Amino acid sequence: MSDTLVPQLVDGLAALMLLTSFALLAQHRLLSVLNWFAAQGFLLATTAAVVAYGTNNHELYISALMALLLKGLLLPWLLWRVIRQLHVHREVEPLMNRTMTMLIALALTLFSFHIIQPIEKISHLMTRDSMAIAMACVLLGMLMMITRRKAITQVIGFLAVENSLFFAAIGSTNGMPLVVEIGIAFDVLIAALIFGLFFFQIRDTFDSLEVDAMHAHLIHKDDDE
Amino acid sequence: MRSALVQFFQAGMLLLLAPLLAGFVATCRARLQNRRGAGVMQPWRNLRKLFSKEVVMASHASWIFRTAPYVVFTATVMAASVVPAMLVDTPLSLIADVIALVALLALSRFFQALAGMDIGTAFGGMGASREMTFAALGEPAMLMSIFVISLSAHSTNLTSMINHTLNSPFALHPSLAFALVAMLLVALAENGRIPIDNPTTHLELTMIHEAMILEYSGRHLALMEWAAMVKLLLFSTLIVDLFMPWGMAVNTDAISLVQAFGLWLLKVAGLMIALALAETGMAKLRLFDVPEYLSGAFVIAFLGLLSFYMLEVGA
Amino acid sequence: MNLFVATLLSPLLGGLLLALVNNPRLAARINVGTGITTFTFSLLLVIQVLDVKSVDAMSGWFHLDAYNVFLLALTTFVGMTTSIFSAPYMRHELASGHVDLPRLRLYHSMFQLFQFGMLLGFSTNNIGVLWVSLELATLATVLLVSLYRTPASIAAAWKYFILCGMGIALALFGTVLVFFTSSAVLGHGNEALNWTALYANAARLDPAVMSIAFCFLMVGYGTKVGLVPMHAWLPDAHGEGPTPVSAVLSGLLLNLALYALVRCKMLVDGSTGTDMAGHIMMGFGLLSLFVAAFSLHKQRDIKRMFSFSSIEHMGLMTFAFGIGSSLASFAALLHMTVHSLVKSGIFFTVGHAAQAMGTQKMAEIRGLIRHHPGIGWGLLMGTVAIAGFPPFGVFTSEFLLFAAALEVYPWTAVPLLLGLLIAMAGLFRFVQPMVYGEVASQAVPVHVNMLPVYVHFAMALVLGLAIPDFLADWYTQAAALIVAGGGGG
Repeated sequence: MSDTLVPQLVDGLAALMLLTSFALLAQHRLLSVLNWFAAQGFLLATTAAVVAYGTNNHELYISALMALLLKGLLLPWLLWRVIRQLHVHREVEPLMNRTMTMLIALALTLFSFHIIQPIEKISHLMTRDSMAIAMACVLLGMLMMITRRKAITQVIGFLAVENSLFFAAIGSTNGMPLVVEIGIAFDVLIAALIFGLFFFQIRDTFDSLEVDAMHAHLIHKDDDE
Repeated sequence: MRSALVQFFQAGMLLLLAPLLAGFVATCRARLQNRRGAGVMQPWRNLRKLFSKEVVMASHASWIFRTAPYVVFTATVMAASVVPAMLVDTPLSLIADVIALVALLALSRFFQALAGMDIGTAFGGMGASREMTFAALGEPAMLMSIFVISLSAHSTNLTSMINHTLNSPFALHPSLAFALVAMLLVALAENGRIPIDNPTTHLELTMIHEAMILEYSGRHLALMEWAAMVKLLLFSTLIVDLFMPWGMAVNTDAISLVQAFGLWLLKVAGLMIALALAETGMAKLRLFDVPEYLSGAFVIAFLGLLSFYMLEVGA
Repeated sequence: MNLFVATLLSPLLGGLLLALVNNPRLAARINVGTGITTFTFSLLLVIQVLDVKSVDAMSGWFHLDAYNVFLLALTTFVGMTTSIFSAPYMRHELASGHVDLPRLRLYHSMFQLFQFGMLLGFSTNNIGVLWVSLELATLATVLLVSLYRTPASIAAAWKYFILCGMGIALALFGTVLVFFTSSAVLGHGNEALNWTALYANAARLDPAVMSIAFCFLMVGYGTKVGLVPMHAWLPDAHGEGPTPVSAVLSGLLLNLALYALVRCKMLVDGSTGTDMAGHIMMGFGLLSLFVAAFSLHKQRDIKRMFSFSSIEHMGLMTFAFGIGSSLASFAALLHMTVHSLVKSGIFFTVGHAAQAMGTQKMAEIRGLIRHHPGIGWGLLMGTVAIAGFPPFGVFTSEFLLFAAALEVYPWTAVPLLLGLLIAMAGLFRFVQPMVYGEVASQAVPVHVNMLPVYVHFAMALVLGLAIPDFLADWYTQAAALIVAGGGGG
């Protein structure tokens, strides 16, 4: 049973991963963005555990645990605290019309599918199909970073990109070696802490978490933009 | 011969059960809100009352206004009669094509909108324009979600789609899950339920379906309302057919037919309870958020399509 | 391999120690001490490695060959001179109230941590760890860029963080793709991420996957190299951070990113057997050269102007590595060395000049030679050197690059020459009025230490006049490694 069930489960989780990436893009409210982000963290942990079970790779259980603690609990909690402390306005105003964003997102998904197609043909790994979805999620996370005005949503976009990369590593290669995995997790953690520091610096300096307010300070210096 | 009888029975059941089902949803909602409710039979009583009342019409109403209820009702009933409810393979299965169904529903919608505008009142026109706007967004989503299923069945014919699902071994299909979600979202919109429209109020700012039939009375109104109820049952049967056809009868022996009938009732009732729960839990959307809701349904259906190609082709 | 461990540990321990030291004078001394220690260790290491060609350390986790050990030594050297320069510079910043004591502590600690990340990245044998250490070095410098807490510096750091975060994420995706194909060949373990193992089996990796992976790695690491069009973070980060940070960003961090890119290119070449990767790099290189050369002309801020010059030179190096002949690689390595030396020297000088004039605006910096001859002549000399005038090493490397380009792709000589001329014109257009003429009214006397600057320039001069034999040998070895696709490892 498990030799057909595990790939099916991973496929299902991949589809859910894609759904969460779209949901992150579509949300209005900062708190629901955060909820979806946390959900993505849990999804990652589940995927890692399922793949670990399917391949009997015990290192992956550690990855699953790390994903659960770091991406499912710690980071959302930190961000939630930041949102609370900074009293960030609840609505997220995107730079672009949401329908337009969605259309671009669909196009990006098609594009990554197209790019990954030659790879899938040669691969014989158990979970090969998730590569296309992982790449789509990476691009969607970047789209989120580009189309959002608030520093905090940009960060969630950044972390979503990291999540997708983790998913790519788990889903298509059954996980990177543990040393690398831990190194990456460590970097993400430091990055998140620095982001946290930055929120307060930005707010104190600009009285707002809008990125536009920030770049205004650079643009007057920059005659080539 | 026997299957033709079953076909007639099915169609009749759809027609007769539709008001009961509407009453069932209303009762469920009432119970969920700690009310007693008017009972399951109330829609039937309403229809009877309306049929016995005389028809009042505006003096400048044209023939469109007069014929529209009959066209709407006929188109809806015709659509409902070809959808398999118990027996998979019926004599009419050749025309039980999903695209034809969508077209029939579009025809009924078209006449409803025309009738809404015919009288020339502000509400009728407003309702018609809203209905058509949302239809333009909802129909692609619905078709897209149907395509996801027809891709794996290689057909848009309902009978062969059901056969395909019945004959393939059980497996997790992310694409079908996406299609189901999209279909449910569209079904809510198409039937004018919360969060898109509220069938129980006549609040001028937000009403859509009620605005179009505001000028109707007597048997015309009865036909319009009956058609709406049949449409609700039609959609739930369609969802049952496409996503959970297990237990449907493939041949015409009595036991399997009875079993199929019971299961069909159960599944539809389950869907209706879910609908009642959803309607109780959700608030109506602002009118301007509806396009976003429908494009969300479209995106989800499209994701289903993509994940079909990404995850399931050749897998 | 104890020397190697010592080289790696000394900045890490120094950084940890500096996190605890509050006294600015003591901290600066420890910083310099750490820099000198690290450099000494790395120098001894170089001598050791040159004897035996290539060395694996710590059961294959680290691998040193002619290519990276040379960059290792360069990094520790520039790190050392920067720490020497930063002592009086940061003292002035502290006295003028730009930074306070806790931030100075952060600065010293992060500086050494950055150094550790750099050394780890150069010496590791694992693509994944290379990625991690590059990210580590980036994160360490993000806090340094926003050290002054001015609106512009915070905005610059944010931009740096977000853009490099995006870039580095793409690079990680590329790395995952490499692992995706290599784990099929080399088994599912650390082995499949080791440079040495990868190079040995490059021909067996799937070319289609490797091509896609290279596109991601190119854009990802290219962002960190500062290649156009992913360069937007670079001028801001260089312009707003403290000058020692600009110096190490420009002189060192960009090198590490380019090193990673070239390593990847070697791998992809081995797998695909085509010039695809080289051509992409040449394209990015030329584009960067041109955009940077034109952008130079539009600057007002002195540090921003020199950061555009960094983009220009990184473009040149990328172009040279893209050509891929052994002469071109030789030229690129030489250029990497002299650019690091000269550019960090220039940033030292610029830092002192900005302190002396109390501003970074070029329009308000006037008469440096009269005000402080050391700074004035230093800036003039640095500009002459970086613009590629004959006695200095930049001239030699650019000349070699021309020769290599003419040999393989003759038509590229015209745009190359044009780009260089435009950039040179831009530099002199601004530097001339700054060094000559009357002293600006707001100028204040500063205490400067020009020794590191002159040491750097002198070394660039030596490299230009006559490359010492052992160095030439060393470059030839490294260039041979690059051309052979690391086959020697």
